[in-house]
Amino acid sequence: MRVLVLFAHPAQRKTSINLAMADAARRMDGVTFVDLYADYPRFSIDIDREQERLLAHDLIVFQFPVFWYATPALLKQWQDLVLEYGFAYGPGSKKLAGKRLLASITTGGSERDYAVGGGNNHPIEQFLLPLRQTAFLCGMEFLPPFVLHSANHIETAASQAHIEAYANLLAALRDDVFDLDSAQQSSMLTRDDVARLTRR
Amino acid sequence: MDGLAFYAFAYLAAAVLAVIVSQRLGLGSVVGYIAAGVLIGPVLQISGAAGSGYLEQFSEFGIVMMLFLIGLEIDPQMVWRLRAKLVGLGGLQVVLTVGLVTAIGIFLGFAWQQSLLFGFVGALSSTAIVLQTLEEKGLLESDGGRASFAVLLFQDLAVIPMLALIPLIAGGAEGAAAGGHGAAHGAGLLQGLPGWASAILTLAAVGVVVAGGHFLSRPIFRMIALMGLREVFTAAALLVVVAIALLMSAVGLSPALGAFLAGVVLANSEFKHELQNDIEPFKGLLLGLFFMTIGAKIDPAILRDNWLIVLAATLALVVLKAAVLVPLAWIFKVRATAGWLFALGLAQAGEFGFVLLSIGRDRALLSDGTVSVAILVITAGMILTPALFALYDRIAVLIDSRGQTRADADEPEEGTIIIAGVGRFGQIVNRMLLANGHRPVILDYRADVVDDVRKFGVTSFFGDASRPDLLASAGLAKAHLLVVAIDDRDRAAEIVAHARRSNPDIRIIARAYDRLHYYALVEAGADHVVRELFGSSVEVGGLALRALGMHPYEVEKRKTVFTDEDVAGLARLAPLIDREIRAPNNAQYVAGFREISKVIEDAMRGERGAYDDRVRRGWSPPSSGESHVPHKTDS
Repeated sequence: MRVLVLFAHPAQRKTSINLAMADAARRMDGVTFVDLYADYPRFSIDIDREQERLLAHDLIVFQFPVFWYATPALLKQWQDLVLEYGFAYGPGSKKLAGKRLLASITTGGSERDYAVGGGNNHPIEQFLLPLRQTAFLCGMEFLPPFVLHSANHIETAASQAHIEAYANLLAALRDDVFDLDSAQQSSMLTRDDVARLTRR
Repeated sequence: MDGLAFYAFAYLAAAVLAVIVSQRLGLGSVVGYIAAGVLIGPVLQISGAAGSGYLEQFSEFGIVMMLFLIGLEIDPQMVWRLRAKLVGLGGLQVVLTVGLVTAIGIFLGFAWQQSLLFGFVGALSSTAIVLQTLEEKGLLESDGGRASFAVLLFQDLAVIPMLALIPLIAGGAEGAAAGGHGAAHGAGLLQGLPGWASAILTLAAVGVVVAGGHFLSRPIFRMIALMGLREVFTAAALLVVVAIALLMSAVGLSPALGAFLAGVVLANSEFKHELQNDIEPFKGLLLGLFFMTIGAKIDPAILRDNWLIVLAATLALVVLKAAVLVPLAWIFKVRATAGWLFALGLAQAGEFGFVLLSIGRDRALLSDGTVSVAILVITAGMILTPALFALYDRIAVLIDSRGQTRADADEPEEGTIIIAGVGRFGQIVNRMLLANGHRPVILDYRADVVDDVRKFGVTSFFGDASRPDLLASAGLAKAHLLVVAIDDRDRAAEIVAHARRSNPDIRIIARAYDRLHYYALVEAGADHVVRELFGSSVEVGGLALRALGMHPYEVEKRKTVFTDEDVAGLARLAPLIDREIRAPNNAQYVAGFREISKVIEDAMRGERGAYDDRVRRGWSPPSSGESHVPHKTDS
């Protein structure tokens, strides 16, 4: 599959694991990497260019840190502007139909927070309902999100493993060797799932 | 010399005194001038001696200049917009009133020629008084005001054929050769020529005025403007008017008609406002002089003997004019308060009546006594005008209280935008406004700049924007927004201060040269002040940071914070400014400035300061190792 990574992070500090993941994606062959905040620092999104990018790829990856249970502001604006009526939805004009959407997210809260009875009281995938429904309305397949919890407090070894797993996941999807049918059985993907579902 | 100085003193003193009194009484300046004429003529017996005939001839230039200015005001687009009211409303008003007054005149036993002249006089209203009153009351843009303006404009245009017709009907009255002095002028050049040749010469003269106005005057005006010789520009403007008057007289046409034509030709030129401002004071004074010579000729004996006739004729004329106007207003959907404003406002006779009457007397169409009575009737009508407007106010209150006005309430026009200075800076402001459907009025004192900008299709006028009269004619009194973007720092502050004084509600955006100028403009009353190079400097600073590898969004954040800090610093420093001391010598100011700079400099040196804190503040994760989320179930 032709892979497009749309990375959205408004505060790219060197210590951010999200930034390291982005760098890994940026370096990959056969993967188009876009830093939305670098392309549109004033939020003036080029709608035509973004729509052409979408049409030229089969898998769209939203890579972002979760802020207040949602995407960063620019990625929300991107959805508002790029997924136009007559392009992404509307009668006879679902130009994105058949494509796949993957969210690669990091959360500040722990796995325990994102559980019934936890501080956030709901598993993370439930907070992604708007994205899932957006994909559905556009006729896209919404893949289980690739999630890293406790992103600010992770040990070095684990973070390294997550970054590698992210690169492997993108490569496997690019090369069509990722078992999507089995993946759809899970509510979310972790770094362990990547190795398990890759069929090389 | 003594004689001349004495006449000048007498006329000016009487004018100043009478006009002030008349203005105070709300009667307008025309009545004041006529009263001044009465004062120096019949009352004090100063006029009538040597100087007055010469003065009278001189004062006729007032009429010529008035028509030149009316011509300048003719904007083809506005005429097109008003076409229905102009032709329909104005045309019917003039035709019906002329017809009715003429019929009454014939019925009363006057010759048809005299009656027609009375009809002409009666049909016209006083442009000067009505427009001034509407302007003062802020009713010019209302439905009634616009209808009134359309009719006045049509009347002003109708004067031209009337001026041309009077000699013809006078000729008819007296047989072949009439002996007025206007015809004598014409004879000068055309005498002995066959009819066809004089017709060609006449047409050629009109052609010279149109072509000269179109092709010759602009380069000449531009050249003079570029030289920066103000008084020569004024002289050139007067020269144009006088030259046209001479040329027209030479071929036997009305000088007023020629001046009107020249005005129309120059109406779309960039020098329009400058010409208006230069001619206006001369027109005002000479027109005043004209009214004074009218007043000076009034014979008090005639008023004493005919006061009943004057009174009856005045009231009859007002009632008749209103009776024509009321149904017309109704037909043309100028209803309720607007209709009453229209009908009562235009019910007097106007200053052009004096002109027509004096020509009628020169052509021996009317006797001196009849003219005097007619002049008294017009004057009385003018004196009555404020009372009619007062009557309108009462009616408007009455109609308003009945709540019937909402349906056809007057809609104010969209506010004007004035941009003073359209160099590289003002031009961008102008382009943004144009792109968003606004049409600003542009003023600049560099003729070449105005010329260039006009090539790009921008409405712009040549003139010094710091001159109050130019600002006024650009519409300052009613403007919603003024953008001051001129280079001269002191003038910019003057413009801001003047605009704030004369229009307290206007929004003023001003461009400052530096920090000190910024404070001067704020003090002068600007709502927003922008340092001219600040925005672009910050832009370049941002590009520099980007070139050094900073993330573009990080650069945006730092630019925003830098700008906010710096602008906030400006406000904090404001009380430390002392205009008497140069900034570098003002210890307090220097200290304050350094304090603001320090915050920014610290961050630049890598030390943590307020600036750095503010930039970093967004999207900071909690730093403690523990989860920050409160758990519902304690465990």
